[in-house]
Amino acid sequence: MTLWLTVLLGGLITYAERLSLIVPLGRVTLPPVLVRGLRFVPPAVLTAIIVPELLLPHGELDFSLGNARLLAGVLAAVIAWWSRNVILTVVSGMVTLWVLTALLPR
Amino acid sequence: MSAPRSEFIAGARATLPLLAGDLPFGLIYGVQGAAAHVPALVIVAMSSVIFAGSAQLIAVTQLGAVPPVPSPVMVLTTLVVNLRHILYSASMGPRWRHLSRGWKWLLAYLLTDEAYAVGNGRYLRADDSPHKHWYYLGAGLALWVSWQLVTLLGVLVGGQIPGRWDLDFSVALSFIALTLPVLRDRAVVASATAAGLAAVLANDLPLKLGLIVAAAVGIVTGMVVETLAGGPKPVPARGVDG
Repeated sequence: MTLWLTVLLGGLITYAERLSLIVPLGRVTLPPVLVRGLRFVPPAVLTAIIVPELLLPHGELDFSLGNARLLAGVLAAVIAWWSRNVILTVVSGMVTLWVLTALLPR
Repeated sequence: MSAPRSEFIAGARATLPLLAGDLPFGLIYGVQGAAAHVPALVIVAMSSVIFAGSAQLIAVTQLGAVPPVPSPVMVLTTLVVNLRHILYSASMGPRWRHLSRGWKWLLAYLLTDEAYAVGNGRYLRADDSPHKHWYYLGAGLALWVSWQLVTLLGVLVGGQIPGRWDLDFSVALSFIALTLPVLRDRAVVASATAAGLAAVLANDLPLKLGLIVAAAVGIVTGMVVETLAGGPKPVPARGVDG
């Protein structure tokens, strides 16, 4: 019962966040300073998720060549930059991770 | 391309490449859910009730944690992880001002990272089609249907995939695929770099707050660099993203 309530509350809160500035904004105009900041939101949020995933795979900084996620992520980043292709980026990153994990000493 | 129907179909088709990121994401969600002994019905229901991949992934991980994570903390984590949707909401709000309440409530429900990325791309294109919300609707519904199917598949096969396949890494990879192509001007590069650095420094903050702090640092850095470089780029007539 608590589990279902948790899921329902999580859903309601998520929906409220999505709806927050869509329904009220029918009448309100955003301050220009917020408007300017908006274009930085997706790259800032997503990079903030990506970088710890690559540099802190086990919760602490790992710049070593033994960090397969860092190497695979950097290669995937180069491929994403040049190709702009999601499938190619994900597949090449995963394959690189698997190959490195198999080759690198643990 | 201006009729609602062709906009809708074009929007749905634009999400097809994102399936490559969704599929492993849904699978790993099923794997985590099965490992945490979350009832299958709950795992599936979360996909339509919450409909936010990273929040769902964190939730099933918390459900499997020992000692158990209390419910209020789980709800608060969902709130924090999904805070970024307020900013997507702020971005889309002005564009949907003219739509009916029913449209707004439906389009808001579909407002995920991917739907925002695809829909925002359509609004930034210079033509002034009055049917761009149909493009977003096509993208949003296609993403919704594929997320339901992919997470259902995850529940069905989740128990069979070994953890050593490291499928969770595909989440970061799909974010890389979404982000790298937009790093084309100095302010955005500075913004992303600062956010990444701050995320590492703030990684130990509780409740995923490091993500929010890092995003704020990145956004402010981008705005400062943009100002120093001579002000914002010209804003397209209908867009708000500059």
